[in-house]
Amino acid sequence: MIEVKNIKKTFGDKTVIEDVSAIMKAGQCNLIIGSSGSGKTVLMKCMVGLFEPNAGEVLYQGENFTAMKGSEKTEIRKEIGMLFQGSALFDSQTVEENVMFPLNMFTKDPIRKKLERVNEVLARVNLVGANKKYPSELSGGMKKRVALARAIVLNPKYLFCDEPNSGLDPQTSLVIDRLIKEITEEYNITTVINTHDMNSVMEIGNYILYMYHGNKEWEGNKKEIIFSKNERLNEFIFASDFLQDAKDMRMLEEKGKISNDRNMEELLDKDAPILIPPPADE
Amino acid sequence: MTIFKDIGQYLLMIKGMFSRPENAKMYWKELIHQCTEIGFGSLGIVAIISVFIGAVSTIQTAYQLVSPLIPPSTIAQIVRDTVILEFAPTLVCIVLAGVAGSRIASELGNMRVSEQIDALEIMGINTKTYLILPKILAALLMIPLLVAIAMALGIWGGRLAGVASGIISGSIYDKGLLEFFVPFNVIFALIKAYVFAFIISSVPAFYGYFVKGGALEIGRASTKAVVVSCILILFADYILSALLLPTAQ
Repeated sequence: MIEVKNIKKTFGDKTVIEDVSAIMKAGQCNLIIGSSGSGKTVLMKCMVGLFEPNAGEVLYQGENFTAMKGSEKTEIRKEIGMLFQGSALFDSQTVEENVMFPLNMFTKDPIRKKLERVNEVLARVNLVGANKKYPSELSGGMKKRVALARAIVLNPKYLFCDEPNSGLDPQTSLVIDRLIKEITEEYNITTVINTHDMNSVMEIGNYILYMYHGNKEWEGNKKEIIFSKNERLNEFIFASDFLQDAKDMRMLEEKGKISNDRNMEELLDKDAPILIPPPADE
Repeated sequence: MTIFKDIGQYLLMIKGMFSRPENAKMYWKELIHQCTEIGFGSLGIVAIISVFIGAVSTIQTAYQLVSPLIPPSTIAQIVRDTVILEFAPTLVCIVLAGVAGSRIASELGNMRVSEQIDALEIMGINTKTYLILPKILAALLMIPLLVAIAMALGIWGGRLAGVASGIISGSIYDKGLLEFFVPFNVIFALIKAYVFAFIISSVPAFYGYFVKGGALEIGRASTKAVVVSCILILFADYILSALLLPTAQ
């Protein structure tokens, strides 16, 4: 479990995060959402110690990470895996070398054992046979999966993912989301994900923290988010007409005013009525 | 005020490099890799420059020594001393600031911008120790060696040009090389090489490590690293010459 208490971060005279608190539980995907510039990446970097917060503290299993000295922080960091927005793979190393890097640095296992572990995690992220490829030879989705394999190779207790779906198509995004969710549940990891992808929110969001201009605006889960009355949150998640329509349909469905049990044959039928929800007050 | 901030940040970076390595084997591997990059990567250009500098020195010295009272072997003495004292350490290091320095700055800058340094930090690795220290150590090991090679090649290049153009015979050149030789000059050149090696590696590392922004900023940092390194090399050259070379006063 990670606990964030009253975190504040400023750059010069600009306050980027103002008094944010949250509890990220183990074995679930904890999402930090918000529009660009809302402070979610800064919050995550404060959590992993890449930025020093001006006030507040971050607790890992009750231990105050913010107040720790260098060597103590290093010990906690060995339990952290992070998937960066741009994957952050080492360009001059192959997939195998990238994934093996943390093992080489922190374990004294024989090379055969390390290779076994590398192949195991590569298989877990569906990248069997890509060992000898260089990052420049991989697609965006494959790079993310290699970065995920590298992040989990030391069996971390905490997994941080910064925009895991940025630059990926919806299908690949879904694959990455499901992979993160499966790994989180399988290894009981405390996973923290920064995203503004609503598909991710609805797919994997066990706990959702919505940031607005550096403040915590809303928190809840993926079911609660749909019915939230928070105007700013609604503006953010239903920014597109498509999603607004989907929400209206969901609301009507919940109220029993329409049924959404049409099958594919019916949808493919040219004469079938187009499903446009009637006005809410009808 | 920026200059004081930069100097402070530079000194903190140097201080931050000295920590216990997480895995000595990995650091050793990185040191060998950097030695290969800095040493063998620059050997070609150092060889070419040294030979031509020696050759040009011989021809220009001969051009200026028009008095029949001066023996031809003096050309070899002048070429030897200028190559050892100035051309091999200073000029080669200025070239190396461009070759190795820009490579160090752009490599670290690219790692910073693409979050590779952050990734290493998250893993619990001291990035200053892992990324910067091996580069500085490799430079301190390899650059004096390159300077020594440059000295030999420069003097040989001078002989080659002298003989080829008929200015001086090989035997007189060889004789001249041994006349009035001061071994301290070689030691002085190597002291300069160590100081310049530290500048060539640490200054670009500083500009690359702390780069902010994108591709454009990496280019700017790389250029700034080379310019500042060259200025510092020339400044250190003057200070070392003033301090270490005995003058006839």
